[in-house]
Amino acid sequence: MKNSSRRGFMGKAFGAVAGVGAVGALYAMKRSWDPLPSVKAAGFTTLDMSAYKDNELITEKWRGKPIFVLKQTKTMAEKAEANPKDIERLIKVGDSYFMVCIGLCTHLGCIPGYNSDEESFLCACHGGMYDFTGEVTKAPPPRGLDIPPFKVDGNKLVLGEEGPEYKKMKETGVTL
Amino acid sequence: MAHFTKATSLHDWLNQRLAVDTLRRVLATEYWIPKNINFLWAMGMVLAITFALLLVSGIFLLMYYQPNVDLAFDSVNYTIMQEVGYGWLWRHVHGVAASVVFLIIYIHMFTGIYYGSYKKGREMIWISGMLLFVAFSAEAFSGYMLPWGQMSYWAGMVITNLFAGGSLHADGLVEWIRGDYVPAQAFLNRFFMLHVLLIPLAIIGLIGLHFGALRIPHVNNQDGEEIDFEAEAAKYKAGDKRSSKVIAFVNDFMSKDMMVVGIYLIFFFYLVFFHYDFAMDPVNFDPANGLKTPTHIYPEWYFLWSYEILRPFSTNVGLIAFAFAQVIFFLLPFLDRSPNAVPASRRGLFKYWFWAMLIDMIILTAMGKVPPVEPFGTIGFYAALTFIGLWIALPFITMFEKKA
Repeated sequence: MKNSSRRGFMGKAFGAVAGVGAVGALYAMKRSWDPLPSVKAAGFTTLDMSAYKDNELITEKWRGKPIFVLKQTKTMAEKAEANPKDIERLIKVGDSYFMVCIGLCTHLGCIPGYNSDEESFLCACHGGMYDFTGEVTKAPPPRGLDIPPFKVDGNKLVLGEEGPEYKKMKETGVTL
Repeated sequence: MAHFTKATSLHDWLNQRLAVDTLRRVLATEYWIPKNINFLWAMGMVLAITFALLLVSGIFLLMYYQPNVDLAFDSVNYTIMQEVGYGWLWRHVHGVAASVVFLIIYIHMFTGIYYGSYKKGREMIWISGMLLFVAFSAEAFSGYMLPWGQMSYWAGMVITNLFAGGSLHADGLVEWIRGDYVPAQAFLNRFFMLHVLLIPLAIIGLIGLHFGALRIPHVNNQDGEEIDFEAEAAKYKAGDKRSSKVIAFVNDFMSKDMMVVGIYLIFFFYLVFFHYDFAMDPVNFDPANGLKTPTHIYPEWYFLWSYEILRPFSTNVGLIAFAFAQVIFFLLPFLDRSPNAVPASRRGLFKYWFWAMLIDMIILTAMGKVPPVEPFGTIGFYAALTFIGLWIALPFITMFEKKA
C-alpha cells in the first residue's frame, strides 16, 4: 500500500512534467507551421489606376494572389448604379469606377475567366458566375469576389493597407 | 538470466537469442487461414507488395528530387526523367503504383463489405483499414504536390481551401496549413516532409495494427462460417489436412497468394511500361502558375467519387456532404444492425444495398471526371443524394433482416 501510493505519486509527478512538456512542444510545433515574418511582411502592391482601359480585365498580383482590375465603361457604371448591390462594390478613383477583386472564386479558389462581351466571369471548376462588379450571379460561390484591403491615394491604389473606403465596405458587409 | 549453450549452428545461435523458430511458427507455419476463400483474399498481399514497390521507387526518386518551388518541376521532368539512369522507371512505377494501389484498396474494401468481414469481432480490422485508407489518401495528395505542376498547385489550392470550412471563413487556418497566403515554398517543403516521412511512418504503424487486428478474429471465409480454429488446426497438424477447414499461412496459403501477386505484377508492369500515361495528367506537365487556373480541375480518379459529392451543392452543404462521405465508411460495422456475417447475396435487402452502393460510387466517379455541364450536373446531384440516402437507409434495412 505504502509502495503503491509512492508509485502513484511518482506517476502523477511524471504526468505533470510530461503534460507541461507536451503543451510546450505542441505550441512550438504550431508556431513552426506559422507563415514566416518575411512572408507576412512582403505584402503591399501599388497600382497606377490611370493606366487601365475600359472593360479590359487586367490581372495584378498581391501576396501571391491574382487581383482583378476592371475599369468600368460608362454604361457598366450606369447599370451598376441602378443596382445597389453592384455599385457599393466599385471603387471610385478620380472620375472612374473600378472593380478591384481577389481573382479567386469564393467557392474553392479557382481563377474565374472574364468574358468582355457578356461582361461576366465564369469559374470553370464548378460553374460559378459573377457579374462585372464581381457580384455572384450563379452558385456554388457563396458570395461575390472578395475585395482586398486597399487605400485610395490620389490616382493610385495601395493594396494591403486599409483605407476609409475599404473599412466602410467591411462594416457594411460588402466584402469579408 | 536465461541459460545459453554453445551453439551447434548459426540457426541454433539465432534461435537461442531471437527465438526464430517460435517466431516462424507463430507468424507463418502455424498461422491459420480458412480453406474456403477465393482470389479476393489475396488483395492484402497485393497491397503489401504495392506498398513495397512505392517505398523502393520512392527511395530512388528521393535521391534526385528537389523540394524547391524553382527546382522541383525540372528535377522531376528533366533530371529524373532525362538524366538519371532508369529514373523514368522509378517515376512510372511510383506514379502507376500510387494509382493502382487505390484500385486494389477499393476491391479489398468492397470484398470486406460483400462478405461481412467487418463484424463479429472484426470491427477493428475494418476501422484500422479505414485509417489506412485515410493515410493513403493523405500520402497520395501530398505526393501529388511534389512535381509542382499546374495540377499540383491548383489541387493544393483547392484542397487546402476546404479547411476554411465554407462560411466559417477560417482563412487563418488555411494560411497556417500553407505557411503562406498561397501554396508556395513553405507549403511545398512541408508537404514533402509529410510525404516522405510522417505519413509513411503512420502507414507502417497502421499496417502493423491492421495485421494485429486480424490475429484474434482470424480471416473471414466465403460463407462467413464461424470456424473453431484451434480444433481445425489440431486436425491439420495431426495430418488430417483433407477434412481440416484451415491451412497454414506459409506455405499453403502463400503459394496461392503469390500466384495472384504474380498475375497482378504482370498487369502492373504492363501499365508501367506501356500505359503509364493514365497516371500522369497532361496538365501537370505545365509548371505551377498561381495566376492561371487550368480550365478544368479534377482530382485523380480515386478521389472523384467524394469530389462529386462536394460539387453539386452550395459551398456549405457541399462541405457537410463531403465530410459525411469521408467518415461514414468508418461507421459501417455499427450502422449495419444485422448480426448476419454472410455474403451479401444471402442477406435480403442488403444484397441490393451493396450493388446500389457500388454502382452509385462508379457513377459518382464518372460524373466527377466530366465538366460541370448538363445533364452530368443533375446526374451527379442525384447520385450524391443516393449515396447519402443509402447510408441513412442502411440501419433500417439491416435491422429487419432475417437471420440467415
